[in-house]
Amino acid sequence: MTQKLIVIGAGMATGRMLETLVEQHADFDITLFNAEPRGNYNRIMLSPVLSGEKTYAEIVTHDDDWYTASGITCRFGERIAGINTAAKTVTAENGDVLEYDKLVFGTGSNPFMIPLPGHDLEGVIAYRDLEDTQRMMDLGEGNKVVVIGGGLLGLEAAAGMAARGVDVTVVHIMDHLMERQLDEAAGYLLRRALVDKGITVKCAANSKEILGEKGKVRALLLDDGTELPCDLLVMAVGIRPNIKLATEAGLAVGKGIHVDDQMVTSDADILAVGECVEHQGAIFGLVAPLYDQAKVAAQTLMGQEAAFVQKELSTKLKVTGCDLFSAGDFAEGETREDIVFRDPARGVYKRLVLENNVVVGAVFYGDTTDSNWFFGLIRDKTDISDMRETLIFGPNMQGGEVDPLQAVAALPADAEICGCNGICKGQIVEAIEGGATTLADIKAGTKASGSCGTCTGLVEQVLAVTLGDDFVVPAAASVCGCTELTHEDVRRLIKSQGLKSQDAVWQQLAWSTPNGCHVCRPAINYYLIADWPLEYQDDPQSRFVNERNHANIQKDGTYSVVPRMWGGITTPDELRAIADAADKYNVPTVKVTGGQRIDLLGVRKEDLPAMWYDLNKAGMVSGHAYSKGLRTVKTCVGTDHCRFGTQDSTGLGIKLEKLLWGSWTPHKVKLGVSGCPRNCAEATCKDVGIICVDSGYEVSVAGAAGMDVRETELLAKVPTEEEAIAVTTAYIQIYRENAKYLDRGYKWVAKVGLDWVKEQVVDDLENRAALVARFELSQSIYRNDPWAEHAAKADAYQPLADLTLEAAE
Amino acid sequence: MSWIDVGHIDDIPLRGARLVKTPAGCVALFRTSEAEVFAASDTCPHKGGPLSEGIVHGRSVTCPLHNWVFSLETGAAQGADEGQIPTYEVKLEEGRILLDTAALSARAAA
Ligand SMILES: Cc1cc2nc3c(=O)[nH]c(=O)nc-3n(C[C@H](O)[C@H](O)[C@H](O)COP(=O)(O)OP(=O)(O)OC[C@H]3O[C@@H](n4cnc5c(N)ncnc54)[C@H](O)[C@@H]3O)c2cc1C
Ligand code: SF4
Ligand code: FES
Repeated sequence: MTQKLIVIGAGMATGRMLETLVEQHADFDITLFNAEPRGNYNRIMLSPVLSGEKTYAEIVTHDDDWYTASGITCRFGERIAGINTAAKTVTAENGDVLEYDKLVFGTGSNPFMIPLPGHDLEGVIAYRDLEDTQRMMDLGEGNKVVVIGGGLLGLEAAAGMAARGVDVTVVHIMDHLMERQLDEAAGYLLRRALVDKGITVKCAANSKEILGEKGKVRALLLDDGTELPCDLLVMAVGIRPNIKLATEAGLAVGKGIHVDDQMVTSDADILAVGECVEHQGAIFGLVAPLYDQAKVAAQTLMGQEAAFVQKELSTKLKVTGCDLFSAGDFAEGETREDIVFRDPARGVYKRLVLENNVVVGAVFYGDTTDSNWFFGLIRDKTDISDMRETLIFGPNMQGGEVDPLQAVAALPADAEICGCNGICKGQIVEAIEGGATTLADIKAGTKASGSCGTCTGLVEQVLAVTLGDDFVVPAAASVCGCTELTHEDVRRLIKSQGLKSQDAVWQQLAWSTPNGCHVCRPAINYYLIADWPLEYQDDPQSRFVNERNHANIQKDGTYSVVPRMWGGITTPDELRAIADAADKYNVPTVKVTGGQRIDLLGVRKEDLPAMWYDLNKAGMVSGHAYSKGLRTVKTCVGTDHCRFGTQDSTGLGIKLEKLLWGSWTPHKVKLGVSGCPRNCAEATCKDVGIICVDSGYEVSVAGAAGMDVRETELLAKVPTEEEAIAVTTAYIQIYRENAKYLDRGYKWVAKVGLDWVKEQVVDDLENRAALVARFELSQSIYRNDPWAEHAAKADAYQPLADLTLEAAE
Repeated sequence: MSWIDVGHIDDIPLRGARLVKTPAGCVALFRTSEAEVFAASDTCPHKGGPLSEGIVHGRSVTCPLHNWVFSLETGAAQGADEGQIPTYEVKLEEGRILLDTAALSARAAA
């Protein structure tokens, strides 16, 4: 008979357990409760989400479809309030009482909050879940944060916020950072790397009190009287197993819920997995052992034999640019010896601790390529007497091998490749023999490299070794020949490493050319403008000629000039000025463009500044008809004149154009606004199209009418003009912040998915407002007329010298 | 050789170019780094694109019309494309750019 299984907590441990149950078609009727209003996601990837390297959507491990397909009843956002072990029932928060045959605890831990005076002020948070992460992400540039705790979590939080331009101070009570995993030397290097990222680090600092104002945090006060002002205070000082519910239910608990090797608690029908567990006196704070526990628990539930065994663990810090690894025990001792290697110029530090010819601990900073191999030595207690001389140089130096692939080839089948998921080389090879040929196949088949991802390179090497020539390491298309990085990589690194100049990009990202090429330079210039509008100064020499000369170059080297006509509206005076300019500068062709503007074609470069000056004088500015930026907003006549019009489409078009003009975008952006569904402005094939209807505004995006013809897709229907403008602005900003250079909106939306865009700019109002604010910030610099600026530099448009006369002499 | 002062290096934007009119047609002066200037024809052998409007990178320039790339040192087209632009002697003295007009008029005469 189908048994009723109730699971408390949709965390990383229970997620893995459910997977195993579902894969093996275990006969259970499963109900999953979670206090967080969502299902399983990869909690350890919150740090990359915080730093902007990943989105929340990318770290969801089980989506609605999976739960539905697996027949699991989900009660997300609902906490279990009590358990009656005698009656075998649980009580949900809303009072529902449910019966169970088997119950599994996966309640994780609670972040520990130091009970400093003021710890309950608004704005004092922990770093545990998506809500905390969101709070930190919402801070915005220039705000101040204090992080208490210089351990793994605190530093990841600090680095993530610093990458977003937040002013971060880390306060750590010990003399060096991550003192439990690192020795002083490595701690020092780490500290230096963080300081280089703009983070202030205070070690040996004792917090005394959290100061507030009107119930909200204002500053942290240290013992020595220093006050550190902050808008948010993040406490990341440790975790405590979440055992309240278990204690109340009368289960045996110590620091955590007591379990045996089968993950069964003191009640035979109740199991527990994850951080809430205590096993042989140990509690757990990393996913690798939790995943093992999860598998054992699933097997126990299915009546199979299995036992959980504790293993050596290693630590890695997920902060871009801080490669760090530590494992085992590296305390000094009488019987212990050290092997230390330093390369200060490269910022590399390696230390091995030996005891009786066995490696018992390892700390690496700056170069962690061989860390898995050393970890293997620690775990397997390998006798290293034979390779002692060259041990510190890693596997390549042993037995004369120099090829990393050979080193991987030499690994035994039980060498662990993926620490998070406990996947050994043998399992990967098996998957390959079973038909897997790509990293994605391996990930799907074995989960290797599916969690924190630091072993991806190693998995690829196993693929390469096993498949031989059949395997080509998949190189995503790089930006250009100057780098192997993709556009996405470059965008991410510019943000996370805080690169604010082209030189910094070439230097830090190891460009192979001194200053890029015609392909990467415009892209990098754009990314820097988009990410650091206040700090980065535009480089005209990295722009295509059209954007440099603020006019379109034609095939004969002459230019075409298009003045802005807001929303397609003009006046007799403007028309006269255009006609005069056409006469004065011998414009051979005057044409009305597809975007309802007037194009003056065939202008000589030397004449551009004078012509701009004349058009400026008549009140007109550049139409940016040449730019990767906002071009035109096409409109119909709307309510002003049309008998069908429902709203003032022309007025809205003008408002939008005045708001958005001058902004630089990954590719050109065109808008259309129609006053009713007859759509005379052809709004449904624009980057953003708005159709006014009786009840409001339909904002749709991702259309195109160029090489590809695309109809827009509905992004949102909103009741007011104000909201239509906000949604449009937020959409353009999120496109500016995320798309690859030269991807039109429709291409980008196809990559990220319209649903994601909707979530970001329609559903999440706070995020929408933040996007609009960032757009406006950028516009405070870029909403100006390049013609006016350049008319003043008319000299530069003339030849440097004229030698025709001298030569004639 | 007949060196003529045509201007100061700072009149040319870094990684940019300016034109000099000569009897032999327009010559483009390219500035590749803080203190390095090259002189070459402004006219792309492909379809006549104005090379002085191209993006200057390393010691090369990319034509703005169809992206042919030319070495400023040798004038040779790079990569798969074939072609050559004439290059001219130019030197810098205390920031002043000196162009060898002898070569230019000689070319015009030839
Ligand atoms: C920011 C961050 C970065 C990390 N980075 C790493 C890393 O790089 N490597 C690594 O190995 N580990 C890392 N960890 C630790 C790792 O995430 C945890 O060890 C792991 O998530 C614990 O899994 P769990 O299933 O025990 O608990 P959790 O994943 O915490 O899940 C517990 C769930 O139970 C729910 N719950 C609690 N009480 C109830 C109740 N009464 N009713 C219903 N639901 C309840 C909670 O809301 C929660 O969703 C990181 C943790 C954080 C926070
Ligand atoms: S779209 Fe509708 S309102 Fe606008 S001009 Fe056409 S018919 Fe009139
Ligand atoms: S004209 Fe120069 S590449 Fe075509």
